[in-house]
Amino acid sequence: MANHTIATNVYVPFLEKKGFLSWFLTTDHKRIGILYLVSISLFFLIAGIIALLMRFELMTPAADFVSPHTYNVLFTLHGSLMVFFFIVPGLAASFGNFLIPLMIGAPDVAFPKLNLGSYWIYIAGTIIVLFALLQPADTGWTFYTPYSATTDTDVILITFGVFVLGFSSILTGLNFIVTIHKMRAPGMTWHRLPLFIWASYATAILQLLATPVVGITLLLLIAERSLGVGFFDPAKGGDPVLFQNFFWFYSHPAVYIMIIPAMGVISEIIPVFSRKPIFGYKAIAYSSLGIAFISFLVWAHHMFTSGISEVAATIFSFLTFLVAIPTAIKVFNWIATLYKGSIELHSAMLYALGFIFLFTIGGLTGVFLGALAADIHLHDTYFVVAHMHYVMIGGTVMGFFGAIHFWYPKWFGKMFNESVAKLSWFLVFVGFNVTFFPQFFLGIQGMPRRYATYPEEFQSLMALSTYGSWLLGLGVLIMTVNLLKGLFSGEKAPQNPYGSLSLEWQVPSPPPHENFEEIPHVTDWTYGYGKKKEVDA
Amino acid sequence: MTWIPEAASNLAGKVDGVLLVITLISLFFFVLISAVLIYFAVKYRRRREDEETPYITGNETLEIIWTVIPSILLILLFVYGFVVYKEMRTPPADSVDITVTGKQWLWTFDYYNGKKTLNELYVQQNRPVRMIMRADDVLHSFFIPAFRVKQDILPGRYTQLWFTPTKIGTFDIFCAEYCGTGHSAMLGKVVVLSPEAYDIWEKGIGVDDGAAVASLPPAELGEKIYKEKGCNACHSIDGSVVIGPSFKGLYGRTGVLEGGSSYTADENYIMKSILEPQEELVEGFQPVMPSFKGILSEGEITAVIAYIKTLK
Repeated sequence: MANHTIATNVYVPFLEKKGFLSWFLTTDHKRIGILYLVSISLFFLIAGIIALLMRFELMTPAADFVSPHTYNVLFTLHGSLMVFFFIVPGLAASFGNFLIPLMIGAPDVAFPKLNLGSYWIYIAGTIIVLFALLQPADTGWTFYTPYSATTDTDVILITFGVFVLGFSSILTGLNFIVTIHKMRAPGMTWHRLPLFIWASYATAILQLLATPVVGITLLLLIAERSLGVGFFDPAKGGDPVLFQNFFWFYSHPAVYIMIIPAMGVISEIIPVFSRKPIFGYKAIAYSSLGIAFISFLVWAHHMFTSGISEVAATIFSFLTFLVAIPTAIKVFNWIATLYKGSIELHSAMLYALGFIFLFTIGGLTGVFLGALAADIHLHDTYFVVAHMHYVMIGGTVMGFFGAIHFWYPKWFGKMFNESVAKLSWFLVFVGFNVTFFPQFFLGIQGMPRRYATYPEEFQSLMALSTYGSWLLGLGVLIMTVNLLKGLFSGEKAPQNPYGSLSLEWQVPSPPPHENFEEIPHVTDWTYGYGKKKEVDA
Repeated sequence: MTWIPEAASNLAGKVDGVLLVITLISLFFFVLISAVLIYFAVKYRRRREDEETPYITGNETLEIIWTVIPSILLILLFVYGFVVYKEMRTPPADSVDITVTGKQWLWTFDYYNGKKTLNELYVQQNRPVRMIMRADDVLHSFFIPAFRVKQDILPGRYTQLWFTPTKIGTFDIFCAEYCGTGHSAMLGKVVVLSPEAYDIWEKGIGVDDGAAVASLPPAELGEKIYKEKGCNACHSIDGSVVIGPSFKGLYGRTGVLEGGSSYTADENYIMKSILEPQEELVEGFQPVMPSFKGILSEGEITAVIAYIKTLK
């Protein structure tokens, strides 16, 4: 009898099927990840251009490019779009969606239809905010009362848009928690999981538990404006500071939603490009959970001068210092991973190393703000603006760009021009520092934030910051063009160009729709680089 | 370049101590981390594609060391920040009280002897002052960088801060909590006077700085008042409408008031608008202008009118 080879499934990359509906009604986590990636990138670019406009105005002390009111609208839009439509969904919605099932050896997430629904809820939120632009709010992305309850601009639509968007975050968090618990491949124990999964898990808990609070808070604000209830109005027995407590109860954990996935990305990139196991796996894994837990306990460090009691301020300051500890541990472990490695400075690795450098600055400047006496001087100045951008751009965005450059071959099946990628990294890195480092000094000198006009003595540093923004913008532009070009005319990507041991790299680039022909049987963790194979006697 | 405004209050030097210590510790760790990072990235660059790497997964001793040492340092920094903060929040028993009202977009100060000033805070060197503060409308924040003090100002509740000015001079007051269109125009000055000069100021009538002011021609004085007393937060001089009517072309302007009657912006109309702003409100504008009764003297109002006349 002739031997037959049983025909295996023909490999069809998940990108193959064409047509709008195959995208807009997809339940494939890899396509949903792309939908999110494109959407959040679009908002990143729009909000980034708004920032360039703001910095252009701030080159000179007077409001000579835009009026003060327009400036206030610009910084409100910049913050709202960046926070709610780019960075909070961010790495979780894009790379979390793409990677989690692949990394744990599953065919998809636990609830694929809910996943699609979550994306369309996000889109619904963006459309509502689009209508809000007819009379754009000028409250800042923080919507503090009483100003947000009384200003003539349209606060209700933009906050309602954010309220709707919040459900996308909550449901994605739910989906990821269940997926990670229930759909790990046989042998993929918790302590064999890639650290990006630990990070995604911690983030998902925050998304699920914290987001409802901002949802309710924004509803209260809408009720305040439309029904005049008086939650935040002292004349009716309310308290404006109550809004701040509610708002920051979410928004502080939210900043860890922003950063923890990026830290997960760094934990994946460094071992691959050092060809060494991650140093201190358990320390890093559990520090993500530790950070998530403590993050719920520090919100009022945004409110030291708000009129809270000295006792409350003291407790929150103490807890804030605690949260610095698990963060520092990660930095030390990442650097130790480099020791005696075989390091390739691929563009993804440059972003990862850049992250460590810049996030260290961001984190250390957070110490200034956590210290009570120092914060009194620095609160609501440019020092805070610099700190937050160092952690959000120097941290999350570096992680985001690093993730794009690392998993690009796997996700899209193409290669981009690596030399141009290195160049754009350099421009982004230098441009970012020139934009934001001077702002620490502006803050120490007393320059308040959210100022459309400012005293002349601050002009030279402000102008320097603006020049930096042009360099940063140029770097992002070149990076974007390079990445887009690769999609159309890049070389075909091999299955595993960087020699990673993680499961997503053991399937073709791009993966087939079902991810794995056969669900893998996992026998080791993903960081076995340099492990000597046991020699059979 | 001045790194930080000169320390001009008793608290400033202590706050600067906290800032300095955190800076030094941060610098130390930043340099350490960056140096090791760059050193490793360079020293362990891949030289051969097939070079071997050791299978190192961790080191418990290192983990403990780099957890315990930063923890100790962080606790110490917390304590230092707290100790200075405690002093910043505890006004001495012999401090004098000055009431601050923040409103969109100016500051008014009410002194213990009944005096009232606008945007300019007069204090005596070396005498502790407790600011008792309230907002009329939305959140503001009273910030004097040179004194290293800041406190949000709320409607419906009094907040406070205290300081003892140590240097004679004039220092910036900024609003540090976003409060709308005129937020960055809500600028004030704190004037620290020697005991003798303070005595003279206290006994003086009105708020002019006496001799200096008397020598200015009216239109120039009017321009100074326009900038320093908060008019510029709501009234432009280029024709654009910020909150109130523009001063450009104001003198002699005719129009309609809320309620239907007509007005001509002559000397009397302008003076009435300054002292009783809601009485003859121009149609289409909000009744938000504060009264300057007791804040601007007759001579100052005349100067403002003279300035407005120059804005054709």
